[in-house]
Amino acid sequence: MNTTIKETLTNLESRFEITDIKEQRNNLVFVTTKKEQIIPLLTHMRDNEGFTYFVLLSVVDWIEDGVFQLSYILNNPEKHVDIVFRCMIERENASMESAHHLWKQIATYQRELYEMYGIDFPGSPRVHESFILEGWDDIPPMRREFDTKKYSEETYFPRPGRESKDPKEHMKNKLYPDADK
Amino acid sequence: MQTSNLFNWQPDRSKFPEQLADGSFKVDLDSGKYVKVWHGPNHPGVTGNMSLELTLCGDEVVDAKTHVGYLHRGFEKLFERRKFIQCFPTVIRMCVAEPDSNEYNYAAAIEELSGIKIPEAAKWLRMLALEMSRLQMLLRIVPGQGGTTGLGIGVQWGIYLRDLILDRFEELTGGRIYHMYMLPGGVRGLLPDGFRKRMEENLKEIDEFVQRIDRVQYQNAVFKKRTKNIAVIPPEWIDQYGITGPNARSAGFKRDVRKDYPYLNYDQLDFEVNTENYSDIYNRSRLRWRDLQQTVDLIRQILDRIPTQGDFKAKTPNVLHWKIEKGETYIRSESSRGEYGYYVVSDGSEYPRRINLRGPSYVHAVSLLEQLLKGANIADVGAIMVSVQSCPPEIER
Repeated sequence: MNTTIKETLTNLESRFEITDIKEQRNNLVFVTTKKEQIIPLLTHMRDNEGFTYFVLLSVVDWIEDGVFQLSYILNNPEKHVDIVFRCMIERENASMESAHHLWKQIATYQRELYEMYGIDFPGSPRVHESFILEGWDDIPPMRREFDTKKYSEETYFPRPGRESKDPKEHMKNKLYPDADK
Repeated sequence: MQTSNLFNWQPDRSKFPEQLADGSFKVDLDSGKYVKVWHGPNHPGVTGNMSLELTLCGDEVVDAKTHVGYLHRGFEKLFERRKFIQCFPTVIRMCVAEPDSNEYNYAAAIEELSGIKIPEAAKWLRMLALEMSRLQMLLRIVPGQGGTTGLGIGVQWGIYLRDLILDRFEELTGGRIYHMYMLPGGVRGLLPDGFRKRMEENLKEIDEFVQRIDRVQYQNAVFKKRTKNIAVIPPEWIDQYGITGPNARSAGFKRDVRKDYPYLNYDQLDFEVNTENYSDIYNRSRLRWRDLQQTVDLIRQILDRIPTQGDFKAKTPNVLHWKIEKGETYIRSESSRGEYGYYVVSDGSEYPRRINLRGPSYVHAVSLLEQLLKGANIADVGAIMVSVQSCPPEIER
């Protein structure tokens, strides 16, 4: 493991509640913590550990466990290392403390996550304004229970006279019509 | 006949726009002092469709909001139902203008998660495709900056030269815009016979173009007047907003993924990271012009060293039944616009659990652009949009 990451993790373990550390690459580590720890952690990383560049805020939907995984990717531009902070939040009434005051671009990420996953970030600027979808009244579409096929079948209509064939059956009948005989 | 007072009217800047304590402007549309203008979604300012909701006071922009969604195709949702290999035709469409960074990042993420090492020839060929992709993008954006100030001739030259590079892409990969050349494990083929010679002929034409565009655009008094000291990005914004690429380098930040996190064989190439010390429109564009020369040089270096034979693709499992090990990673590369990243999560099945693109435009065209436009003149809006090099498809995915 990179020495910068090692030193940073040693500092973090003495100050914060870290539940898991996984090294993916020499310069990339995934750190799991509790959701209450995220904002103090990010603040500490930015102000004291040189992780001044916020790369990405992303969500992974673990529907089978009933949780969303929030991933905050932070980068130290001087030492060229990344640490990803992960935390799990409940899928039902999903809500997370906002980090918009730490980096300017976070408000945009949070606005998108509210729209796409329904995760609320109270206090984040314009978080409830639509970002990509205008006039959307269904469940947030990036949640795994949102069925794109069902939605398109209900929303759009097939062109009259258009036939739909199962590709596998169609090609089998076309190329090997006698195969089953 | 009564002369309209409008011709002699001057705004009283001491009274409006009224600035609040937090630095924002108090905008009362009913006062008649302001007007809303929709800039876009179709305009030459960006490659793709994006709209700006501008609030104007006279010809001054007092507030700007970026509106995206005109290109939303739900790619990241569609990945849920596609096997890893089936995602390929979709990932490359995340940025139409420069699709090869998508190919590389996605292939590299799969390779890292499944522990595949790619052959030496594949590394060089991937670098060639990535640099050619950067070159064709720069051939659009460098003269495109002139286009926003009414200098149309450079754009015509650039489009012609870009087409020559697309010819080389067609020769190398079979496709002009979307190539699907970098599959997990390597690339789809070696260099065709005579490729180097034909590429060298194209590069010589680009060398001439570099000199011509310098005289016509960068030494042009009108271009200088329209771009110097406009839409300046202060150095302290770079980390606050997460600005990368030429926008950050022109503010003096020596950051380039190819140098800082060497991938493929970039550490074997001889190049310096270009920087400027003042990030206004002129310098950002000038830096891209220098990047263009550097890319030509890098392509020459790569062509000198590409192996002409040997393995170009590592063995992979049957791609239709390929289960990628459970895990997650973040892969970054340097696109012409800045850091291009892929966050890929696998749950151990044949389908990706999450693929999330981090495109530079997500920051540059939304939070940064909204801030840069405040106080700008309406006539400069197009130039400012091009100067941050927005690519809307990578915002909405």
